[in-house]
Amino acid sequence: MNTEVKTRSAGVSGAETVIRIEGVSQAFGAAGDPRRVVALESASLDITRGELLCLIGPSGCGKSTLLNIVGGLASPTTGRVVIDGQPVRGPSPQKVAFVFQENTLFPWRTVIDNVKLGMAFQGVDKGEREGRAHESLKAVGLAEFAHHYPAQLSGGMKQRAQLARALGLQTEILLMDEPFAALDEQTRMVLGEDLSVLLARTGKTIIFVTHSLVEAVFLADRVAVLTARPGKIKKIINVEEGHPRKSNFMTSPKLGALRNELYALLHDEIRKTMTQRGEGGEHA
Amino acid sequence: MKPQTRIAQRFVQLGVLVAILVAWYWATLPGHVNQLLLPAPLPVFRNFWILFTTSSIWPDLFVTVREWITAFLIASISGCTLGYVISRSAYAVRVFDPLLAGLYSIPAILLFPLYLLFFGLGPGSKIAIGTTIAFFPIVLNTIAGLAYVDKAYITAAKSMGANDFQMFWNVMMPAAFPVVLTGLRLGCIVAFLSILGGETISSLAGLGHRIVSLAENMESAQMFGNILFAVAMAFIINGVVSFAEARGRRGMQ
Repeated sequence: MNTEVKTRSAGVSGAETVIRIEGVSQAFGAAGDPRRVVALESASLDITRGELLCLIGPSGCGKSTLLNIVGGLASPTTGRVVIDGQPVRGPSPQKVAFVFQENTLFPWRTVIDNVKLGMAFQGVDKGEREGRAHESLKAVGLAEFAHHYPAQLSGGMKQRAQLARALGLQTEILLMDEPFAALDEQTRMVLGEDLSVLLARTGKTIIFVTHSLVEAVFLADRVAVLTARPGKIKKIINVEEGHPRKSNFMTSPKLGALRNELYALLHDEIRKTMTQRGEGGEHA
Repeated sequence: MKPQTRIAQRFVQLGVLVAILVAWYWATLPGHVNQLLLPAPLPVFRNFWILFTTSSIWPDLFVTVREWITAFLIASISGCTLGYVISRSAYAVRVFDPLLAGLYSIPAILLFPLYLLFFGLGPGSKIAIGTTIAFFPIVLNTIAGLAYVDKAYITAAKSMGANDFQMFWNVMMPAAFPVVLTGLRLGCIVAFLSILGGETISSLAGLGHRIVSLAENMESAQMFGNILFAVAMAFIINGVVSFAEARGRRGMQ
């Protein structure tokens, strides 16, 4: 194991916890209501500084809900999230930036203006925005498209632009909610590799929600597997491999073995989810 | 669309217009329709042209345009303001959106006799009817635009720390703008049409008034010339505001 692994990999003794998820439950609907849905049930998890943690689980298990709770966009029914010793009570734009699954770039602004607007919201000085925006666009390989409108970009480029907007905020924590889910397999692969390179450089703490097994293993330092609804943390798998990860990791036996392990863990949960859906309707 | 298809469409449209013109001419040939009821095309066009070469139409045109602009401004300001206030609360939207939509379906021109009593035969009653009719599409579109902004934009802005003012100015406004603009375009056009209508029912001056008095004096050719003028004006207004709307949309994208 090389040193790079040690700095990024979790479970290393002495690693500092940045995000502490303490017994978080989330239910939709009032107690006693037959339609009440418990999305998350006492999920607890510590995220170490500089690690990339993937949340994986069957659809509807509360992965995105958990991410929104960490980011302060939703408040849990019980439990709490603590970031840097401070309990989360609402969005904390100075510390946390989001990349969403759906394209949330403002279509009436150019790519660079989108990036700059994020900084304006966050409170960055006007003089600083331009330089920082260029920097983050360069980091995601979109420098030449700074003055394009989102509608002129492909799906993959839109997600790069969203990532640039999040990077421009220069937060320590990045929450990514299935950012590549709407993209085709090949685009995802390339974006995944680029992301790995980028993250190795920036050293951010990242929670990445996905339902792709390969994506989870390829990107993560640790993969947290959630159960079917109500979502609980079933198991955490360590991926001991340094960043940046190259395409040869994608085809390595190590990745294959971890993928198979994840598959075995998830298989029953996915079955359970299907049965739940068969019995009662689908809930987000 | 292929350019040939478009050209073919234009030919068909032109053909229909020519056919109407020919039918009109044929109907006014001796022994057909009485010239008092339907004057021949040529005298009508001559009278239409006179409106541009003499200044006789100016006083009436001025009255109508002033009524129209006043009505449109009142309707825009009140419609956008009320629409904004309602859109601030989901509860208000649920209560007032259907209510306003329901009121919109009432033929507002029926209020005109009442407005004549309130505001007299002068411009007041025309401005009132124009405002009433233009107000609804403007307020309804403002609500539709502001209240149904994609939640994903709002969530994203919130996560980046946008305050209330930034949220309104940088997210809500531009997102709602195209829909609000459509309301303003509709309001602008219906204000003009309803004011012309009001003037023909009862008035002291204006384009509609002019057309009615010419009809009463049996000056058919002149009346048709003036109608042609009003039609041309409505056509141009429609073109100009549609163009402005398209430009406005593009500017925001």
